[in-house]
Amino acid sequence: MKALKKVYFYLVLLFLYAPILTLVVFSFNDAKSRGRWGGFSLRWYQELFRSSDTMDALLTTVLVALCAAVISTILGTISALALHKSGTFFRKSMLNLTYLPMMNSDIVTGVSLMLLFTFMHLELGFLTLLLSHITFCIPYVILAVMPKLYGINQNVYEAALDLGATQMEAYRKIILPDILPGIISGFLISVTLSIDDFVISFFNTGNGIKNISILVYSSKTGVKPENYALSAIMFGAVLVLLLIINLKEKKKVIEESGK
Amino acid sequence: MKKTLHYIALIPFLIWMILLIIVPLFLVAYYGFTEDGNFSLTHFQQFFRPDYLKVLWRSLYLALVSTVVCLFIGYPVSMILSGKTFRKKTLLVVLLIAPMWMNFLLRTYAWLTLLEGNGIINALLQVIGLPKQIFLGKAGTVVFGMVYNFLPYMIFPIYTSISKIPRNLIEAAHDLGGNGVTCFFRIILPLSVPGILSGVTMVFVPGVTTFVISQYLGSGKITLIGDIIEQQFLHAGNWGFGAAISIIVMLVVVLCMWIVNRFSDDPGVMMP
Repeated sequence: MKALKKVYFYLVLLFLYAPILTLVVFSFNDAKSRGRWGGFSLRWYQELFRSSDTMDALLTTVLVALCAAVISTILGTISALALHKSGTFFRKSMLNLTYLPMMNSDIVTGVSLMLLFTFMHLELGFLTLLLSHITFCIPYVILAVMPKLYGINQNVYEAALDLGATQMEAYRKIILPDILPGIISGFLISVTLSIDDFVISFFNTGNGIKNISILVYSSKTGVKPENYALSAIMFGAVLVLLLIINLKEKKKVIEESGK
Repeated sequence: MKKTLHYIALIPFLIWMILLIIVPLFLVAYYGFTEDGNFSLTHFQQFFRPDYLKVLWRSLYLALVSTVVCLFIGYPVSMILSGKTFRKKTLLVVLLIAPMWMNFLLRTYAWLTLLEGNGIINALLQVIGLPKQIFLGKAGTVVFGMVYNFLPYMIFPIYTSISKIPRNLIEAAHDLGGNGVTCFFRIILPLSVPGILSGVTMVFVPGVTTFVISQYLGSGKITLIGDIIEQQFLHAGNWGFGAAISIIVMLVVVLCMWIVNRFSDDPGVMMP
C-alpha cells in the first residue's frame, strides 16, 4: 500500500515535471527546431546572455516579484493587524472585499486595473505592472497573516504594555515574532504568484516593459531556444533550493530521532 | 492613544482597497453600461447571440471538467502528503510548488513540444507500436493543459485542511471499529470540505477565463471566453463590449461559487 502511494505520488510529480525536463533537455539541443535532436551544444546559453531582450525581461520579472512581494507583505501585514483590531462587522465586510480579487478571475482584475490606469492617465509600464502585482498579492498576505493573529495570546501583549512597553515596542517584540511564519509564507506566496503571473501583467504593462511571460507570449515565432536555456537555469536555481531544504530536513529528522 | 495607531494603520488599507479594488470594478461597470457616454445596454445585447453563448458554455464546461479531474487526481496526493508515507514533507511541498517558479507560458509551450504531431509522445507511441495521435486542437488537450497548470492549486488547500484534522479523531474512529473506508467517508472527507471548496474555486475560476492554454494547446480552434475578452480589449479595441463580457463572466463565476459555497459555512483555507 505504501509502495502504491509512493508510485502514485511520483507519477504526479512526473506529470508536473515532464514539460520542464523537456525544456531542459532541448536547451542543450544544437538544432533550432524543437522536434529534432541536432547534438549537444551550449549555443543557446551563449545566445541567452547575449540577448538583451531576455536579460531585460528576467531582470524585470525578478525586480517586480521582489518589490511587489516586499510592499505587499508590509501593506498586507499592517492591514491584517488593523483589521484584527476592528469591529467584527467591519472586519468581515472588509475581508470579503479584500478577497474579491482572489474570487475574481485574473482577466477581470487585469482588465479593471488597466481601465483604472488609463483613466488616471498613468502610462502603462513598470509602475503600473508593479502596482497591479501588489494588488493581487496583498489578499494572499492578509490571508496568510490573519490566522496567526487569532492564535496570539493577548495576555502577553497586555502584560508587555503593563510592564511599560510602548504600543510600538509591544507590537515589535510580542506580536511580530508570533505572526512571523505567516508573514514569511505571505511573502513567499507573493513571489511565487508574481513570477508565475501572465494575465494581469499582460493587460497592465506597456512601453516596452516586458517580464518573461510577456516576452514569451509576444514572440510570434513561438518560444525561442534561448528561453529553453533560461528555463533550464531557473530549474537549476530551484534544484539548489530543493537541495538546501533537503539538507535542513535531514538535519531535523536526525535531531528528532536523537531526542 | 491605543486606538490612534490602529486607525492610522487602517488608512493605507482603505486607500488601497478603494483605489485599486473598488474603483476599477466601477470603471468596468461604467464601460460595460455606456455607449458614447450614455447609459446603454447594447454591449450586453451584443453578447446574447448563439455563438457567444456557446463560447461561454464551452468555457464553463471545460473548466468544470478540469476542476473535477484536478479534484480526483489531487485529493489522493493531498492525503498521501498528509499521511505517514513520506518523512520529508517540506521537501515534497516545495517539489509541488517548484514548477510554478518556472514560467507558466514556457511550461505550457513545452507541452506543445511533447504533444505535437511529430512530438515526443507520438514518437514514444510509435516505439510501442501504437498509431500516431493528433492531440493539439482538441478540447480534451485544453482540459489537460488546465489540469496541468492548476493542479497545485487543488492540492494545497486540501492538504492544509487534511493536516488540520486531529490524529486522535481518526484513531478514535478506528478504535470504535470503523475501517479505513468508513473513516475516510465519515471523518476525513467531511472535515476536508473547506479545503475542497477553496481548491475548486482556485481551479475553476482561472479555468473559465484562461486564454493562453486554449491558444497554445487548442491551436486556435477552441475559443474560450477569455480569448474573446482579450480580443475585444487588445485587437478589436471595443472596450465597452469587453467590459460587458467581463461583467457577465464575473457574475456567472460568483453565481457558481455561491452555489458551491452553500455546501459549507466555513470561509475556507486557500494556501498552506
